[in-house]
Amino acid sequence: MIFKRLILGVFLITGMLFNAADGSAAEKKAKVGFVYVGPIGDHGWSYQHNAGRLAIARTFSDKVKTTYVESVPYGADATRVITKLARSGHDLIFTTSFGYMNPTLKIAKRFPKVKFEHATGYKRSKNLATYSGRFYEGRHVVGLIAGKMTKSNILGYVASFPIPEVIRGINSTIIAARSVNPKIKIKVVWVSTWFDPGKEADAAKALIAQGADVILQHTDSPAPLQQAQKNKVWAVGQASDMVNFGPKAQLTAIIDDWNAYYINRTKAMLDGTWSSQDTWGGFKSGMVKMAPYNKAIPSDVVAMAEKAKDGIIAGTVHPFTGPIKDQSGKIVIPAGKMADDGMLLGMNFYVEGVDGTIPK
Amino acid sequence: MSELFVPVLLTIITASTPLVFAAAGEVVVEKSGVLNLGVEGMMIVGAVIAFAVGVKTESAALAIISGAAGGMLTAFIFGFLTLRLLANQVATGLALTIFGLGLSALIGHGFVGKTFSGLPKIGVPFLEQIPVLGPLLFVHDILVYLSVIAVFLITYVFNKTRLGLIIRAVGENHHAAHSIGYSIVWVRMGCILFGGSMAGLGGAYLSLAYTPLWVEGMTAGRGWIALALVVFASWRAWRAFFGAYLFGGITIIQLHAQGFGVDIASQFLSMLPYLATIVVLVLISNNSSRMMLNAPADLGKSFHASD
Repeated sequence: MIFKRLILGVFLITGMLFNAADGSAAEKKAKVGFVYVGPIGDHGWSYQHNAGRLAIARTFSDKVKTTYVESVPYGADATRVITKLARSGHDLIFTTSFGYMNPTLKIAKRFPKVKFEHATGYKRSKNLATYSGRFYEGRHVVGLIAGKMTKSNILGYVASFPIPEVIRGINSTIIAARSVNPKIKIKVVWVSTWFDPGKEADAAKALIAQGADVILQHTDSPAPLQQAQKNKVWAVGQASDMVNFGPKAQLTAIIDDWNAYYINRTKAMLDGTWSSQDTWGGFKSGMVKMAPYNKAIPSDVVAMAEKAKDGIIAGTVHPFTGPIKDQSGKIVIPAGKMADDGMLLGMNFYVEGVDGTIPK
Repeated sequence: MSELFVPVLLTIITASTPLVFAAAGEVVVEKSGVLNLGVEGMMIVGAVIAFAVGVKTESAALAIISGAAGGMLTAFIFGFLTLRLLANQVATGLALTIFGLGLSALIGHGFVGKTFSGLPKIGVPFLEQIPVLGPLLFVHDILVYLSVIAVFLITYVFNKTRLGLIIRAVGENHHAAHSIGYSIVWVRMGCILFGGSMAGLGGAYLSLAYTPLWVEGMTAGRGWIALALVVFASWRAWRAFFGAYLFGGITIIQLHAQGFGVDIASQFLSMLPYLATIVVLVLISNNSSRMMLNAPADLGKSFHASD
């Protein structure tokens, strides 16, 4: 790991030099910086955030200069990268992964004039806003489809880290799946990484070998989907439309669309109307979208999925509507009640139907 | 029982093969006295070139050869800088990794989202019919066989041949080897190029067979693991082979254990392959004189005839 650190050091030094070099040229343009957890070519999470950055660059080509640093590990490295961006004259900095929460908060305090936005976190301050997508809405739709499509009644879930965001997604999927098929179980394999195509594929293989016939993922590479294609089982794309990697296997994909949000926030920064806030957008605001459905899905299942999506937009359907029991059978959301955002954001328990326990 | 174990063991072979290639190649490089830390960079260049050629030509053979050539070319840069220009090996190796990651992203730009059909499995006639062992050992793609053959060959060359002795002499004491008339630069260059092509094959295995796709940074640190395995193996190819399978094995078994709902923290399970490597490292390196005996004495030192 020491080598990785060294490399990062070298990267940072070169980064500093570049920043110093272009500082004068871009004097009049506002600067917007992005920190990504994976490479922009991951075809998943970071890829979509970068699409949002490009949307800013297109919309404000004469007023804004955008920069980014990719594949930034959590911890001390993140702190250094974000500090560097803040110090080199950026006006607005988006840190786009959960693990950047504490470094972003700390650095936001030290640079009160710089505006920060942290994705998927919950800590805010005067110059630190947060934003995220209600991906669990997408996972509800996915769960309904998976529930109808599985033959083995076992869903396989390749998960990254046991944080509320990921646990919420697993729960949303199983609740929806069991609403159409009560016999369903879900197996979860944690890979402790957001991006490692090989390991993600291995996890998918393990799940398929254990009988899962729909592979869901909360990691960023298309490798699990590709394994599903190879083994002739179903899968769901993550963050972007991954249909190229598994044209037969991909049932649909949950697409993160940050473009509109990033353009709005950059505009607010330019107008001087930016303020710290929390945004949690779903289907309604267009931050979460579904990729085209696989032709192999029967039309009544598609209709059901679309109906659920429309219901979520209209506010008549909520993925977490009681009665919902946790793994021990205790009712956590009473009948007729819906989980509020506070409960969703802090979700740290599995609901009924999930195999195994949450790593502590 | 066998239908449960065979897929697990097959996955272990897949997970270990890229490490076997990269680590065995680096054993040869380090035996000649050169420390090339650019394994990750050579692997990923091999991965992207193999994939690009595979997609363009649809030929598995051409893709594999190009992958090896890609790794070799990247290694040549390292060899030229460290042997001819006498650049520091550690710094050059690190730079090579950064360069390789960047270059591969550039080359691979147009190939993100493309797919390759994967390598065909080749069954050994008759042997593949044996129950359990047949599908396990005798139905693989060409690269898996090649990785085993390479380890055998390297072990044989080092133990039984004159070439092996020359490489070892160059790595142990380059002045002595020079004074009896061996060209240090050419021997080392040969080893560096060989190591590069092996790392390239490891990368090619990733992008052609393991996960037949291209995404940036898809080696995800396997080059560094391979480097650690070389020390773990105390510079012996066959030990590097077992090290790679130990690492790959524990990685895969912990994923399967999770699927079965084994109640152990997944973070702990994820740590296991690294922990096992460290434990073995401690065990074999507690005898420091024996460790010194195994490590090439001139490892990492630049050579110039005038020194």
